[in-house]
Amino acid sequence: MADTTIPLDTTAAVPGTAATRRPGRPTATRRPRSRATAGSGRLAALLVSPTLLVLTIVVIYPTLMALDESLYGTRGLDPKTGFISNTEPFVGLKNYTDIFTQAGDRFWNAFWNTTFFTVVTVSLETVIGVAMALIMHKAFRGRGLVRASILVPWAIPTAISGLLWKWIFNADGIANVLLGHQVLWTADGFSAKVAVVIADVWKTAPFIGLLVLAGLQVVPKEVYEAARLDGASALQQFWRITLPLVKPALLVAVLFRCLDALRMFDLPYILIGAQKGSVETLSMLAQNEASNVRFGPASAYAVLLFLYVFLIALAFVRLLGADLIGEVGGARKSRPRKAREVTA
Amino acid sequence: MKNSIARAIRCSATIAAAGLLLTACGSSGGSGSGSAQAAPATFKGRGPITYVAGKDTTGTVQTIINRWNKAHPKEKVTFIQLPTDADSQRQQMIQNAETKSDAYTVLATDVVWTSEFAAHQWIEPLPAQQFPLGRMLQPVVETGKYRGTLYAVPASSNGGLLFYRTDLLKKAGITQPPTTWAQMTADCAKVKQLPEAKNMSCYAGQFQKYEGLTVNFAEAVNSAGGQITDASGKPDVDTPQAKKGLDFLVKSFKDGTIPKEAITYQEEDGRQAFQSGKLIFLNNWPYVYSLAQKSAIKGKFAVAPLPGLNGPGASSLGGANLALSSFAKNKATALDFMKFFTSEESATYFLKNASLAPPYANLYDNAALDKQYPYLPDLKQSITKAVPRPRVVQYGDVTAAIQNEVYAALTGKKSSAQALKDLQADLQKLTAQ
Repeated sequence: MADTTIPLDTTAAVPGTAATRRPGRPTATRRPRSRATAGSGRLAALLVSPTLLVLTIVVIYPTLMALDESLYGTRGLDPKTGFISNTEPFVGLKNYTDIFTQAGDRFWNAFWNTTFFTVVTVSLETVIGVAMALIMHKAFRGRGLVRASILVPWAIPTAISGLLWKWIFNADGIANVLLGHQVLWTADGFSAKVAVVIADVWKTAPFIGLLVLAGLQVVPKEVYEAARLDGASALQQFWRITLPLVKPALLVAVLFRCLDALRMFDLPYILIGAQKGSVETLSMLAQNEASNVRFGPASAYAVLLFLYVFLIALAFVRLLGADLIGEVGGARKSRPRKAREVTA
Repeated sequence: MKNSIARAIRCSATIAAAGLLLTACGSSGGSGSGSAQAAPATFKGRGPITYVAGKDTTGTVQTIINRWNKAHPKEKVTFIQLPTDADSQRQQMIQNAETKSDAYTVLATDVVWTSEFAAHQWIEPLPAQQFPLGRMLQPVVETGKYRGTLYAVPASSNGGLLFYRTDLLKKAGITQPPTTWAQMTADCAKVKQLPEAKNMSCYAGQFQKYEGLTVNFAEAVNSAGGQITDASGKPDVDTPQAKKGLDFLVKSFKDGTIPKEAITYQEEDGRQAFQSGKLIFLNNWPYVYSLAQKSAIKGKFAVAPLPGLNGPGASSLGGANLALSSFAKNKATALDFMKFFTSEESATYFLKNASLAPPYANLYDNAALDKQYPYLPDLKQSITKAVPRPRVVQYGDVTAAIQNEVYAALTGKKSSAQALKDLQADLQKLTAQ
């Protein structure tokens, strides 16, 4: 597209400007070129500007507002009139330093809960999701049905699945009937954590399965034929061929899941409830502070969560970028060679 | 290709992360100052207004509003329905107030929000003499006051009742429902000797960690002669009386009087357990009555006022009040509408068609209504003796602190003495601000 605009631009620009800039002859030959790129640059900027505008309105402005808000404290009560003052006091970084003092316990508890949920659910989902993808990829009768049924949990809104699991984990629910032993899942404690993990894995393992399946479908059949001729066992084929080839897709899926899990809010909120220490995540903490009209600390927690998510995302992208270079290059080189060996 | 993927990921990651901030901060930024002093409210302006309340599942609210609109074609009221759960309603009302919007005129507020809304000056003080407060039940009127000034008018009320299995009590030779906790456990012991009641549990309320736990804890403490906050709003929960109240709950959990799964019960879980014959006694709101009449225990239960330590106990109060948003227009119309909506006539209509407990004392003594709702005399007794939950500005924090400490005591993580001591310290910190 850029190639077609450059000549168009130059022909339009040269006659008009050539008359005014006659003396600069030697540069004239170079000028149309730089002018052309400037023109296409302007066009690019114009084309991108709606996106940038939207991003500014929905991302940058609220982010800055949140940063600003996080520097303000809670409005105080005037004991004489009994009214809350109209202005929030400026407290600087106190909302941030508070996490090392009084409010810290709750923050760090939420921080560890968030991390725990992310690590545990995403690991389980990766293993189960890959297994699901392998099953969905196989050709067998009723494959369409299996594919559809595996994807059903992913299609259910989180809030609904939260209610669904709430019934399952009820004191007299089906989970306890199957276990033959009464576990009080929704009571505050470790069992509540387990309940959230189970419900989350159930819902989002299909997401990883779906992305991995897409990755699997672009792996050429010949690679497996070659491997079989070379006498590779099924396990070897999985470790040496399938996994490396779906790795880019898998990493993208895992990254998305990590970012999602770090923001986890609706599932524990609906399944277990607000203000339960064992499942309170950072999002829930921020929401709770905001609902108690303490927007300053709420914004501070949201900003900290933002930084945490950002760091994880950054680490992943770095890791992902490195892997993409290594894997794509390696895969391309090895593929033709193997194919040749087969034909030879 | 590699680059574009990486870039796409980076972008979506940032968007995902920034989305968080949006949700967390959508309601912030209302820190600008308005008028500093609350001048005595003047109610000026006539014209269309709005009435804001939770979703009306009975359709009765719209009927009442239609009646008003018919009589006042130039001052029409539009009904704005909010979500069913109280937290989201409160959230939206606060957002409306923080942006100083005039979209909401008359607010239907929960009885525990009055102090918070009044202290933030989100609602107007009301002229008490213009409402028939004298004919209303006193504890109900108290819920509408902040520091002695009326900010909200009772529209409906609610109180806890003790539901019990008349068939089983009769079989065990008990003629009167218990009035004390000791009597109740003694009755249970007798009933459980019956073969059909062998696997039943004695008693349950709402003990999940949510607002219901605050309600049940407050009832236990008040029923033992204690209090959470004193008359001036100062916390006073670290007392022997309060300990006796909490001890009743802790001990009952320990010895199985309350089944251990009741720690996960909200209103509906308890109702299900009672209806499926797992409980002999249940502490719940009156709404259970009509539902249980349609269940397997139809005609096998009755209600009584809540029992206490040394005599009948004290319920917590539920219900809804009407308040007037400070930022609304047409306040003269609003005041008239509030008078109309909270009138005895409207209350009768709501009682008959939506089984909402009225704030008016005399409606409980109406023979025809008592026939339709046999629980009314007991409910009147419950509400007259009821104690409002702590009336504090930071109610959200106070109820969270109560839930934390009481839950720790009920699950055996803390002794009841330690829990009350910590609760007292927490509440002092919260109310000192």
